[in-house]
Amino acid sequence: MNRIGLIVNPLAGIGGRVGLKGSDGVETQRRALELGAIPESLHRATLSLIPLLGLRGTLEVVTFPREMGETSAREAGFTPKVIGEIHSGLTTAKDTCRAVNKMSALRVDLILFAGGDGTARDVCSAIPAQFPCLGIPAGVKIHSAVYATNPKHAGELAGMYLKGRARLREAEVLDLDEDAYRAGRMSTRLYGTLHVPYRPLLLQNQKAPSPASEARQAEAIAADVVEQMQAGVAYILGPGTTTRAIARALTVEKTLVGVDVVRDGQLIAKDVTQAQLLNLTQTKPARIIVTPIGGQGFLFGRGNQQIGPEVIRQVGRGNIIVVSTSDKLRALRLQPLIVDTGDAEVDALLAGYFSVVTGYKERMVYKVVY
Amino acid sequence: MTHPTPKKLGAPKAVAPKPALRRFHQASWDEPVVFELSSAGQRGVLPPEPEAAIVQAAGDVFDNLPASLKRKTAPALPEMSQVHVLRHYMRLSQENLGVDLNIDVGQGTCTMKYSPKVNDQLARSHKLSELHPLQPLSTVQGILEVMYRLEEMLKEISGMDHVTLQPGAGSAAIYANIAMIRAFHESRGEGRKRSEIITSSFSHPSNAAAAKVAGYKIITLPPDADGYPDFEALKAAVSERTAALLITNPEDTGIFNSRIVEFVDLVHAAGGLCAYDQANANGLLGITRARDAGFDVCHFNLHKTFSTPHGCGGPASGACCVKKEMAPFLPIPTIEFDGTSYHLDFNRPQSVGKIRPWYGVTGNMLKAYAWIMSLGADGLREVAEIAVLNNNYLLNKVLEIRGVSAPYAKGKRRIEQVRYSWEGLTNDTGVHSEEIGFRAADFGTHYWTSHHPFVVPEPMTLEPTESYSREDLDEYITILKHIANEAYTNPEIVQTAPHNSTVHKIDQESFDDPDAWAVTWRAYKRKLKK
Repeated sequence: MNRIGLIVNPLAGIGGRVGLKGSDGVETQRRALELGAIPESLHRATLSLIPLLGLRGTLEVVTFPREMGETSAREAGFTPKVIGEIHSGLTTAKDTCRAVNKMSALRVDLILFAGGDGTARDVCSAIPAQFPCLGIPAGVKIHSAVYATNPKHAGELAGMYLKGRARLREAEVLDLDEDAYRAGRMSTRLYGTLHVPYRPLLLQNQKAPSPASEARQAEAIAADVVEQMQAGVAYILGPGTTTRAIARALTVEKTLVGVDVVRDGQLIAKDVTQAQLLNLTQTKPARIIVTPIGGQGFLFGRGNQQIGPEVIRQVGRGNIIVVSTSDKLRALRLQPLIVDTGDAEVDALLAGYFSVVTGYKERMVYKVVY
Repeated sequence: MTHPTPKKLGAPKAVAPKPALRRFHQASWDEPVVFELSSAGQRGVLPPEPEAAIVQAAGDVFDNLPASLKRKTAPALPEMSQVHVLRHYMRLSQENLGVDLNIDVGQGTCTMKYSPKVNDQLARSHKLSELHPLQPLSTVQGILEVMYRLEEMLKEISGMDHVTLQPGAGSAAIYANIAMIRAFHESRGEGRKRSEIITSSFSHPSNAAAAKVAGYKIITLPPDADGYPDFEALKAAVSERTAALLITNPEDTGIFNSRIVEFVDLVHAAGGLCAYDQANANGLLGITRARDAGFDVCHFNLHKTFSTPHGCGGPASGACCVKKEMAPFLPIPTIEFDGTSYHLDFNRPQSVGKIRPWYGVTGNMLKAYAWIMSLGADGLREVAEIAVLNNNYLLNKVLEIRGVSAPYAKGKRRIEQVRYSWEGLTNDTGVHSEEIGFRAADFGTHYWTSHHPFVVPEPMTLEPTESYSREDLDEYITILKHIANEAYTNPEIVQTAPHNSTVHKIDQESFDDPDAWAVTWRAYKRKLKK
């Protein structure tokens, strides 16, 4: 008997149809309901379960009460095992986290969650490392690579995973700062990673020929960068899975979303601030290693604000090493990378072409704009 | 006696009209793997027992074999009668969509032209197939003449000074060119310094791959907003470390880079060489030449442009064409003619050596030679013109279909192929390009999305060559249009396709899982046990 956990964020996507560009925050949700928004995530969760009906005899759906999964499961034709308690109409991110905790403790085979980037963040904060899960797209913002292309594909992908026909890969959880987004600015941050089943056709942002290849690309990049490292130079490692691969090649444990510094193969500072970086780079040689974050292709100014304009100026353009898997650049359709450091002079300094490390002894001469 | 009156048959019935859409169904024979058909003791051929006198004279022929060459156990080959072998392979041949059965324009970049069967017959003739590469040269003057003359023709087509036919594939030809480029720089004491090869995103991946195998650092130029390789990026990439620029033109988007001379000049100014990947030459024959754009070396795929044919599995054949400055580095042997006879020149001290055993894929050389001779110079130009015309006819018609677009160079014509995108249709319907390709199989054709880089979303690359008639192209377009309509009205039928094929869907995930592979029967049995 297989078991999947189903978690529905009943408020996901509620802001979208009424033009609120997101659904985070109690105030937004209240306003959305006032504007006549109808929650769509329940229906989307139902759609995702339909491809799994064929497995009904050997598949148990474990879920939270009513709008958090039970309703969708019953609607699809399952008789789910309902656990936990909720206050209907008043569910919050905490309920998502509780559900993840309970389902992972029950060792379900896979957790399916319906929501958007905010939901993925909540799941990410509560789920044990490498626990299999998969997103059913139901939110307004979906930048994270943990969502299937549509609800039906989520169900199909889950089915394939249960039958051993899809493997897991590590995918990034990204989210916009919604306050900034509503104010007209795009700002993506990397919040962590989830382990999701992977089939080339059925996952959003898929560009890689195989699940292993993106990780292999990052390892090849790391091999190149590590080979070029010089003694006595501090290397500032920006956030991301590609820069983390470089730390791993040095057998150093890096913070995924923070900025760390290594020198002579040793970690010398972890999760640093801009002030610490300025101090560090004032008198001693330093280089910056960064990778573009998220689907917009920001190189500086989003998600790595610690490496601020003063730090960049101090280190110098020639000491910036840009790394990226070629899959990530392809996902950008080879459109230019963007910088927005908050300092027009530094942005102008960064504009032009960078030789981006895309593999071992592989470069792509890539345009940077501001 | 009277004969019975013949029964009146009435007016002849009209034959069924030509269907608007061909409904194809593949044969399904449930055919097992050949090893499972083995039946102990069955034989295809039973040679007669040798006569006693022969046995006496020859003795045991195995006696003289060294022990290391003798098997300890018999090979585990299937034991079958002739008719069973014949039936087995005939059945398998029906369980696919062969090159001679479908309108093969969907294999873009592969130049799937019709290759006249007479050329195959020539290559299969015992006059060629029974030659041995170690025969005395005096006995193989004919094929040497064919090779020499083919080289002369390719010189004319490329504008270059020398040709080698030795490479056994397009990638091998690219590798041979890289080897010559390295030898050139080494001869000038710059071998170590010039460590970088520049190529572009939409050039054939073999350029980057072959250069990487040769030990170079690879620098790739992304396309600019119009789909051309980014010239500004080239400026940033070129340096005294540049060994060469390896570039395809038109690239696999079908867009011709008319600034190519500027690219070449920029690299030359920095002391680098320029290699023209002419795998996409089908729309250029007799119209433009590598020499005219200033290239130092180029290569052709005889199995694409020169119809040998592209069987998607071989044999392939590559030809490298070089300027005279590069001639000392050509692979050995070269074929020379002294006015009376042909010979092979191995005495070339600066040569890069051998790229392939012996002298190349001789069967393909003969086919390419016959194909060119049957067309003549004017015919070659006509091939290019029709290939371009066919492609632009198809382009106009395909763009009328809902949900499809041709990214980059909007409003411009393409050379011999187009990389289309179904992104609009995917966004509208959730149906993917790959699924449309599968559905096409239900109507007796297919297409393959594209090779990497997967920059164009939901890609479809079509290359109609010169071989397909307007009726063929119209049939192909009807199929695409029909499937696009289905995607909008009944996506399920597209997404569950193919419906009429022997094997409906292959689990592609297992392609990159070594545990799921079994390329031999022995491996299959071993992995099954696990």
